[in-house]
Amino acid sequence: MVPRPFRLVGRRQDTADTFTVLLEPNDGVPLAFAPGQFSMLSAFGVGEVPISVSGDAYVAGPLQHTVRDVGAVTHALARASVGDVLGVRGPYGTSWDVTDGHGGDVVLVAGGIGLAPLRPAVLEVLSHREDFGRVVLLYGARSPEELLFADELKQWEEQGIDVLVTVDYGRESWSGRVGLVTKLIPRAGFDPRSTLALICGPEVMMRYTALALVGRGVRSNHIRVSLERNMRCGVGLCGHCQYRELFVCVDGAVLPYAQVTGLLGLREV
Amino acid sequence: MRTIEQYLPDHPFFEGLDAPTLALVAGCATNVSLAAGEYLCREGDPADRFFVVRRGRVAIEVHGPAAGTLVIDTADEGDVVGWSWLVPPYRSTFDARAAEATGVVAFDGACLRGKCEEDSRLGYQLMQRVTQVMNGRLVAAQVRLLDLYGDTGTTDAAPR
Repeated sequence: MVPRPFRLVGRRQDTADTFTVLLEPNDGVPLAFAPGQFSMLSAFGVGEVPISVSGDAYVAGPLQHTVRDVGAVTHALARASVGDVLGVRGPYGTSWDVTDGHGGDVVLVAGGIGLAPLRPAVLEVLSHREDFGRVVLLYGARSPEELLFADELKQWEEQGIDVLVTVDYGRESWSGRVGLVTKLIPRAGFDPRSTLALICGPEVMMRYTALALVGRGVRSNHIRVSLERNMRCGVGLCGHCQYRELFVCVDGAVLPYAQVTGLLGLREV
Repeated sequence: MRTIEQYLPDHPFFEGLDAPTLALVAGCATNVSLAAGEYLCREGDPADRFFVVRRGRVAIEVHGPAAGTLVIDTADEGDVVGWSWLVPPYRSTFDARAAEATGVVAFDGACLRGKCEEDSRLGYQLMQRVTQVMNGRLVAAQVRLLDLYGDTGTTDAAPR
């Protein structure tokens, strides 16, 4: 439960309000994680926040977290400079486990900053591209300016992933797609019988996306969602992230859609 | 490229229409090619046509004095553009612009409207299909009103 000190060795501004921090452990022992897991990041003297790891799980290098600056702690993280020390606890939670998709198609659906927790899964698929059939990334964002990892999206396409992007609103100069991310599903060209689908984004978006995928024949136990809940301790003790019978920090954040189908539509849970 | 007669039976919008009806609809249709930037229709124009995109992309736009031109939806291959031809006062609600070199099948809505008046079964079949398109767009618009990817509801406590 004690945060390990990590030094900020790099920082990248991804969009107007979203940035990626690159962290090296002070003790030299890297933090091993699986795609989909999260850490508790702390700005000392301000507080601690749960943030998914956004880097490559299988390539040595700094620990990467992509953060949206929305509150006191994330704002403190945003202000941190190279050389500053931040606290890291974790990794916590379940993983995407893309190996379950071996031999079949993989559909990754991201909404907004939801692409950050999916990025390690994308990188894992790319490093074992031959183990999968068709791989498609469907990505929806608010506007073209808010697309995360825009340069990488092109690289991923070159490396064998079909990337379909849509935004909620675009200016006249935007020649890409405009509309809901679910609109991309009929164009993704996957075989629903052999598809593993990974969804990460706002809960309403995940609900509609999962319904659309099931509607096209993807089995609900082959769909995984990453739930966004109020994680505090990260180890299932404090109860802040309780979601009826689930503690999202230990039972999730990545969960089979089949396990939460009934919960996603419930109010006051 | 397949002829309109060959293309229509495989299109979801026309699925289930019998051969004489398809022939009638195809008789009201022509292939149209547009260069990037050309308009299919402008807001307020008489809505006497609707379109099925065969290739390329159509941007549905709205213009406001403060916001300028905003693309609020796009239609890609297979998508249907326009329903105002079937709904009084038969005026286009938005601009529709080819976002790139685009090919569409353009249907003479005024002609089809006349045939729908004469044949209520045809009218019901087309209205049912147009309603499905409208319903899809309405649901999408309502969900987007939630501003899903915006700041609303996102706090420091959530792992993103």
